[in-house]
Amino acid sequence: MNHIKRLCVATFSHIDLPLLLIVSALMGLGLLTVYSATSSDGFGKLDNQLINMAVSMVLMLLVARTPPQTLMRYAVPLYLIGVVLLLGVTLFGIVVNGSRRWLSLGFVRIQPSEIMKIAMPLMLAWYFHKHEALLKARHFATAALILAVPILLILKQPDLGTSLLVGAAGFFVIFFAGLPWKVIFGLSAAAGAALPFAWTLLHDYQRRRVLTLLDPSSDPLGAGYHIIQSTIAIGSGGLFGKGWLNGSQTHLEFIPEKHTDFIFAVFSEEWGLLGNGILLLLFTLLIARGLMIAAAAGTLFARLLAGSITLVLFIYAFVNMGMVSGILPVVGVPLPFISYGGTALVMLMLGIGILMSIHTHRMLVQK
Amino acid sequence: MSDFYHHEQDLDRFRHRIFIAGGAVLLAFALLLSRFVYLQVVQHEYFSTRAESNRISLVPVVPNRGNIVDRNGIVLARNYSAFTLEITPAKTRGLEETIDDLAQVVEIEVKDRRRFKRLLEESKNFESIPIRTRLSDEEVARFTAQRYRFPGVEVKARLFRQYPAASLASHAIGYISRINLKDKAFIEESDQAANYKGTEQIGKTGVEAHYEFELHGKTGYEQVEVDAGGRAVRILSQTPPVPGNNLTLTLDSTLQGVAEQAFGKRRGSLAAIDPSNGAVLALVSSPAFDPNLFVDGIRFDDWDELNNNPDKPMLNRAIYSTHPPGSTFKPLMSLAALSQGKRTPNQAIADPGYFNFGNRRFMDDKVGGHGSVDMYKSVVVSCNTYYYTLANDMGIDNIARFMSQLGLGRRTEIDIPGEATGILPSPEWKAQRFKKREHQKWYAGETISVGIGQGYNAYSTLHMAHALGNVVNYGQVFRPHLVKNIKDPSGREIRTIEPEPARQIELKREHVDFIKRAMAGVVKEGTGARAFAGAAYESGGKTGTAQVFSLKGGRYVEGQVKERLRDHSWYVAFAPVDQPRIVLAVMVENGGFGAQSAAPIARQVFDYYLTGKLPGGPAPESDAPDDAEEVSDESH
Repeated sequence: MNHIKRLCVATFSHIDLPLLLIVSALMGLGLLTVYSATSSDGFGKLDNQLINMAVSMVLMLLVARTPPQTLMRYAVPLYLIGVVLLLGVTLFGIVVNGSRRWLSLGFVRIQPSEIMKIAMPLMLAWYFHKHEALLKARHFATAALILAVPILLILKQPDLGTSLLVGAAGFFVIFFAGLPWKVIFGLSAAAGAALPFAWTLLHDYQRRRVLTLLDPSSDPLGAGYHIIQSTIAIGSGGLFGKGWLNGSQTHLEFIPEKHTDFIFAVFSEEWGLLGNGILLLLFTLLIARGLMIAAAAGTLFARLLAGSITLVLFIYAFVNMGMVSGILPVVGVPLPFISYGGTALVMLMLGIGILMSIHTHRMLVQK
Repeated sequence: MSDFYHHEQDLDRFRHRIFIAGGAVLLAFALLLSRFVYLQVVQHEYFSTRAESNRISLVPVVPNRGNIVDRNGIVLARNYSAFTLEITPAKTRGLEETIDDLAQVVEIEVKDRRRFKRLLEESKNFESIPIRTRLSDEEVARFTAQRYRFPGVEVKARLFRQYPAASLASHAIGYISRINLKDKAFIEESDQAANYKGTEQIGKTGVEAHYEFELHGKTGYEQVEVDAGGRAVRILSQTPPVPGNNLTLTLDSTLQGVAEQAFGKRRGSLAAIDPSNGAVLALVSSPAFDPNLFVDGIRFDDWDELNNNPDKPMLNRAIYSTHPPGSTFKPLMSLAALSQGKRTPNQAIADPGYFNFGNRRFMDDKVGGHGSVDMYKSVVVSCNTYYYTLANDMGIDNIARFMSQLGLGRRTEIDIPGEATGILPSPEWKAQRFKKREHQKWYAGETISVGIGQGYNAYSTLHMAHALGNVVNYGQVFRPHLVKNIKDPSGREIRTIEPEPARQIELKREHVDFIKRAMAGVVKEGTGARAFAGAAYESGGKTGTAQVFSLKGGRYVEGQVKERLRDHSWYVAFAPVDQPRIVLAVMVENGGFGAQSAAPIARQVFDYYLTGKLPGGPAPESDAPDDAEEVSDESH
């Protein structure tokens, strides 16, 4: 009995209350919206999402009580396993919808690119931590290589959304590690110059998504349909929205992927600008809390990891809302804590768990 | 120390970058927020409208088509409701697979597939096309349970046209069938496009076509909320349709049945008109067809059979097939001669059995001739020589002028489509008809053939009945019509097809009476006597024979000519003689001479119409010509 009590105290003492409150609020909105988007199919999706939330919450708690030093030990093996599995995908992967993303391990199918979302910032943070205070240009070059290998493998699947997220996670580590501004600007310029070349490397459907963004009405029943219908949903929501369960675009099935990637359209239609403001506020608070944790973290590893995880959360939110509202191309990025789906939620909550771990273990490190 | 310095410097830089990142996040979120403001405040109205128009769809509600009944109220065309299974090709995931999958849920036969394919060819991709009609309740239930498997497939309750009397009067009633591209153009020209939204069928022939806009009714609308798949979720408002008007025909369906039955399996046509008002009492084209076959899209093999049948059942012979009227033309010639003062009734000619014109000799069919022939006798015995000389004396222009007045060589304006003008020969007509100059010239010899109803003469039975009707009505012309009145759905008469005389031909009463008497003579003592022996009423008539095949220089011997080359048999008649209530013209294709096939049919029709006597079977064929039956040719 005493033992259990101690375990509880040990676990709950590693919770960061502001993060927990913000994430719970987001998840609550998520549940309401998933219910609205899937109510016509019964409660199945809602039940699943509740289970997803419970599981990811437990995982978050487990990670939160794990000290960053322990996490650091997983960095290299996790990264290497990730790369090997990605290679496995390119060689033996299962093709679903024209993309080779899944790997069958006999008893379970996994998507190794998801592992990279955590493994990549861990690995790079570990790498910079190891070379702390001695950072030279070659370290940044090595870091770039560590980043490039999995990204290229994921791009090849092809999976633009995930490679973007993994790439962002890695880049933010490098950025916080102190990548010189002139390199950043130089690379941006070079990327700009290489854009026409990159265009030719894109897959047809990827190019179409970009073109559709520029002019959705060019293909109203094809690629542009998603964007047109989601902007109609958002716009018709107005200031205060049509009310929960009252979105006509949603309930008359005009919004595609309405409980996953396009759930923001459902939310926005029913809650209006007011709801969007609240949502943006919650994300801002979440990111602010993350950045505060990063700023207060005790080690370079913890700082870089916390900074990267936080900005990846931002990228998720920004890219998703940007694409649904029609200012960014359509890439498969869910809205964090809101979209239906277990894998994404687990990865996000692992990230939150790491943030909590970093914050609650900072004194121990300093001592 | 330097380590510490480095550390502090790194930490500063890190915190500096955290600030920058925070600033970037705020900037990005501000961008999103401004986008939301733009969409949800600035453009809100526009997107609201878009969402509404997404949501609300105007669905036309097709009105009930008007019924068609005969003059006694017997229903000839009505509607019944049934379920159809329909596919919208554009909405399916794959047409062939969808049909294959459907075949496991409801029965779909090969002919259903073939019909679907044919309809598909003439429809647009987003139109709903029936794959199965008349689903049973069980089939409806089975499909409904699995509907989610079939995007683009729906069960629809539809009204079907039904013709309870099947092939009876099919050419007069016509039929409805799917709207094709030509019909669509017609609807648009008529400014009816809005009213035909949702209507899938249109009258194609007969009364169904002519009175299409009366029968159709006014389309109603439902405002329905639809989902992205276009399926109605609920009805928001309704404007009910107004059913089409009902038609009462002038036809007497029993008389029509008697007339059709009289033909048996023979090809030909009959037009019977009430001369006092132009009401069409019977309009037969034999063989007929079953208009029910067309209603839900005719099946391929049915269509194939109708189309390739050598008897051409789809052809409306009564108004479209034109043939030389043969000797039935003679009473009209006599009337022309009286009216134009070219002959008096008592003027007689000596008939040697032929008429010499230039170096040609036109033969009478009675060897040695009829002796002294006056006008009465010329009609009764159908003397060719009398009319050879008459035509020659009158000249083609006078003949054409008079016959045109009677209504020959032009449309009668009957209220069904597809009427032929016929050919009333004249020098003008010939000049127009032929391209080559040498073919355009009118030869005086041609006038002589025209005089006995041969040559270029070509009229339908409707033409002949109409012309005779105009005669026995003393020149008062009524437009032949099949519809007696139009009633709104509540049964109130909204329009009567008025028996207003269309025009008046200048005819002298005594001339008409003389012709009537001569035609009564035909029935009493002439070529029609055998067919009308023992009739309980007095009728007037005239037999005729139209040549199919010109036997140059030879005599026509019936048994030696193949069936399809036998002459066409004509009979025109009216009854009773004093106050005619019915005039008719009958033509039996390849029926031989007039008294042989056509006159017995007229007898059965008159018997029923005037005495109510129903015949036991098809009209008999007389086996031998009456004396003085005419078969004529310009022989050398």
